[in-house]
Amino acid sequence: MSAMLNAVSDAATIAKRNVIKIKRVPEVLVFVLLSPIMFVLLFAYVFGDSIAIPGGSYREFLIAGIFAQTVVFGSIFTGAGLAEDIQKGIMNRFRSLPMSRSALLVGRTMSDVVYNVASLAIMALTGLVVGWRIDTGVLPAIAGFSLLLLFAYAFSWVMAFVGLIVPSVEVINNASFMVTMPLTFVANTFVPAENLPPVLRAFALWNPVSAVTQATRELFGNIPPGTPDPAVWPLQHPVLYTLIWAAVIIAVFAPLAVNRYRTMQRS
Amino acid sequence: MVLGVLGPNGAGKTTAVSILATLISPDAGSALVAGADVVRSPRDVRRRIGLSGQFAAVDEHLTGFENLDMVGRLYHLGRRRARSRATELLEQFDLVEAGGRPVKTYSGGMRRRLDLAGALVADPPVLFLDEPTTGLDPHSRRQLWEVIRRMVGSGTTVLLTTQYMEEADQLADRVLVIDHGKAIAEGTPDELKRLVGAERIEVTVAAGAAVSHAREVLDRFAVGEQQVDERARTVVTPIAGGGAEALMQALRALDQGQVAVQDVGLRRPTLDDVFLTLTGHAAEPTEPEEAAT
Repeated sequence: MSAMLNAVSDAATIAKRNVIKIKRVPEVLVFVLLSPIMFVLLFAYVFGDSIAIPGGSYREFLIAGIFAQTVVFGSIFTGAGLAEDIQKGIMNRFRSLPMSRSALLVGRTMSDVVYNVASLAIMALTGLVVGWRIDTGVLPAIAGFSLLLLFAYAFSWVMAFVGLIVPSVEVINNASFMVTMPLTFVANTFVPAENLPPVLRAFALWNPVSAVTQATRELFGNIPPGTPDPAVWPLQHPVLYTLIWAAVIIAVFAPLAVNRYRTMQRS
Repeated sequence: MVLGVLGPNGAGKTTAVSILATLISPDAGSALVAGADVVRSPRDVRRRIGLSGQFAAVDEHLTGFENLDMVGRLYHLGRRRARSRATELLEQFDLVEAGGRPVKTYSGGMRRRLDLAGALVADPPVLFLDEPTTGLDPHSRRQLWEVIRRMVGSGTTVLLTTQYMEEADQLADRVLVIDHGKAIAEGTPDELKRLVGAERIEVTVAAGAAVSHAREVLDRFAVGEQQVDERARTVVTPIAGGGAEALMQALRALDQGQVAVQDVGLRRPTLDDVFLTLTGHAAEPTEPEEAAT
């Protein structure tokens, strides 16, 4: 029981440390907030008129996709933060302390939620400016944002594991794009998945990022009436499918990452 | 009690400390730290040690106070004790004024002091200091030595690694010399110095033919083996102490022996001298420093 309490309080100590850093280096937060604004405006005005959404507007369609993409990108901070801790040598201090072996990772993934909350808030505002609306109610809206944050949290464990393996911060910044770009583009995020060529379409339909996007659109009421039901199970049950993915990702990558932290032979 | 571990880059000092501090696991063998097994009960080891590394492991975005407070919390001292301990240590390490500033505004010496303070937060019985002064200017180095001496006065056991003979001499009760991952000598600094000599007279003669003659003349001052370099025309003679006096006598002897001297100097034994004496080879790094860290 006391081990459990220690683990929680250690993680909270680490999370507090990371949040202090966010406050002390506001430049990072500024870029975290500017890039999604840029994405919303670029997609809304560059593609807005050339991609047709039957019965609806592209901007309504677009915003959930950008939400999903941005929170997945946000997970890179988790990996980069851990890689930086290794590079700066402070990881050695933590690993020599009698703190819980999961605390550094739990604290890191928790504090990085702050970035995602901030970027979702700023994107929602930008979205409202370009004409996006939540057409349901307060509860579905909260459910939509919560689902995005949960999926992002799960995905940050993948990057936590990667961050403990890569040799430097630069590597993770570059390498993670190789994963996050296809994952967020080969999906229903920016174009309807039905429009994609067959192989990409199959990937897109089963891609969890598509499910998060679909779930968010449903919860925000951004799907135009008369849109035919999706053809595959994941998109027919996007909330459930997203929850399953989040659970599986955490169940696989959290133990992997903690084990890596415990046994890394790099000092 | 301070044990100094002396060795060149790549000798295995950091690896040894990393194993003892449970950062990495040994390929083979076992080690006990304050009675706890580093492989079987690493958690017990971590509760009993403090570690201060070669690179100041402090968070540069946090203030000095926040760094120490965080470490105290992670040692599970509790909120109040962690705070009061942080304040105490900032005073002890002369960082009170800087304590409220982010660490990135600190000088190298201040960072090292804070790092050292971090290792002391839980008042651990065993302290590992891995090259605590490497890269510091002479003034900061002396300041840090002062701090370490004070700390040892309060009854902590310290394992200190260093590349500097002088540092081991200043701080260590016993010195272990290692090379290529193996211990090659152990003793008090005085015993080591008796082996190597306290100081050495270095003489360069004007003509190559005079080298062996100079060696003979200086032989009676030698406490250890003399080193002769024919090509550089130098003779290095380790002496027992009282350098200036011995140097005068040596010069007089060389003058009487009619050896034409081009250059003469007195210097302290370096790590190279220790290694040359103990192993017959110079203390050159066998691998880049990064590999050992």
